[in-house]
Amino acid sequence: MNAEQKLLWVFAGIVGLLSLASASGWLLARRKGQTSVIRNLNERVRAWWIMVAVLGACFGLGPSATLIVFALISFFALREFITLTPTRASDHRPLAVAFYLLVPLQYWLIHLEWYGLFSIFIPVYAFLGLPALAVFAGDTEQFLERTTKIQWGVMIAIYCISYAPALLVLDLKGFTDQGALLLLYLMLVVQISDVMQYVFGKLFGRRKLAPLVSPSKTVEGLVGGGLSAVAIGAAMWWITPFTPLQSAAMSLLIVICGVLGGLALSAVKRSLGAKDWGSMIEGHGGMMDRMDSVSFAAPIFFHVSRYFFTT
Amino acid sequence: MMERMVASGLVGFTRLLVGARAQWRAEATPGQCLYFANHCSHLDTLAIWSALTPEQRASTRPVAARDYWDQPGLRRYLANRVLRVILIERRRDLQAPDPLTGVFAALEHGDSLILFPEGTRTPDRLPQPFRGGLFRIAETFPAVHLVPVYLDTLHRSLPKGSHVPLPLYCNVRFGAPLKRDAAETRADFLRRAHAAVCALAEPIQAVSP
Repeated sequence: MNAEQKLLWVFAGIVGLLSLASASGWLLARRKGQTSVIRNLNERVRAWWIMVAVLGACFGLGPSATLIVFALISFFALREFITLTPTRASDHRPLAVAFYLLVPLQYWLIHLEWYGLFSIFIPVYAFLGLPALAVFAGDTEQFLERTTKIQWGVMIAIYCISYAPALLVLDLKGFTDQGALLLLYLMLVVQISDVMQYVFGKLFGRRKLAPLVSPSKTVEGLVGGGLSAVAIGAAMWWITPFTPLQSAAMSLLIVICGVLGGLALSAVKRSLGAKDWGSMIEGHGGMMDRMDSVSFAAPIFFHVSRYFFTT
Repeated sequence: MMERMVASGLVGFTRLLVGARAQWRAEATPGQCLYFANHCSHLDTLAIWSALTPEQRASTRPVAARDYWDQPGLRRYLANRVLRVILIERRRDLQAPDPLTGVFAALEHGDSLILFPEGTRTPDRLPQPFRGGLFRIAETFPAVHLVPVYLDTLHRSLPKGSHVPLPLYCNVRFGAPLKRDAAETRADFLRRAHAAVCALAEPIQAVSP
């Protein structure tokens, strides 16, 4: 099977799963009526259809389209992050640079496949450049706090998320030009882990994992969801350069990073005084609510794959 | 026809740039309204105008400064033909005997209005004290609903002195119309109107689903 056929098979599988989810949601609504949980479930499934359609279109149109879509995802995620962050008028210039320069530049560097620069551009140049720009506004009030928050938003929303499409240009041993499969693998494991945690949590959830940080996460959800995501990830080994065992280990890594990302960003969100990052994706909250686990899993998955599987 | 297309383009552009989502903290008020809001950026007029429903928008005219909107080119076109702005002269030496003549005429005609009673932009989260124009209008048109509006993020999107708007999400919060009290003094009324806008600045406790 070549890469395109594999992509088609995986997408056919996803469409099958989503059809099953839509059918069960419809049945549940008919049997038990429109409770708030069921309505939210159906909203989530509908949003999933749209997200899968967008991802499918990306793969169909090629790497440039994928980069543009992820650049937009970063842009919207940064928008949500900065909207909730109490910045001041004197932060205007660094923020304008973050939105209108850093987002396109980071993705342009990935497009150029310039690994040496896209992997350090934000941690080095933006990290130092943003406070250097801010200083000219002459406002020392909470300077460190303001700068840190902007740097955090830029790191998570632009740098970390950009590692997902960077998989497209990662050349692994015996796996050239199949980056799209690796990206699909990452997104699939992360999102299946999130969905299965939600499902297991709703069905069997008793003990809360971190009630103050993320009230909907439960121990039962974490274990059941995490394990089933690892199982599904291991079973997907044939779209990756990994053996089944390696694939299980990689999925475990992705799941753990995803959970930690979800928790850490939920804590960030709550420290900013919000319950959802935004309202862009019906039933899910904002873009950051969907991308929080990806932002932690993508860079780690990228670098671990690169370390162990490049020549 | 042309103006209608430009209008929907302008609404789309505003929503893309700053969100401009309407949040009604009370039942939406039907009938002729005077929306009065805090003023923090050049995007305020567009944000409120875009947050209204198309029906409301069709009968709502912004009241805004002549020195900003009456500039040759795009701004004047938008002001006159699309937004149908009622221009207010801010320079005392050029003012007509009564600068509010245009406002009164529009209200008599039955239009709803968008008004910024501070008269100028403020860089802060909360508005400065309101000027007297709002009281005169309220007194002259007792049947018009006075709806307080709060713009929550625009002072950060386009603060005074900057030219590039940041694409932050802005909510346009609409409150319940002010109760009328004929016996109230001018100062008391203005304070109460000011407090109604400030009250909208505070977040409501999130209702968990």
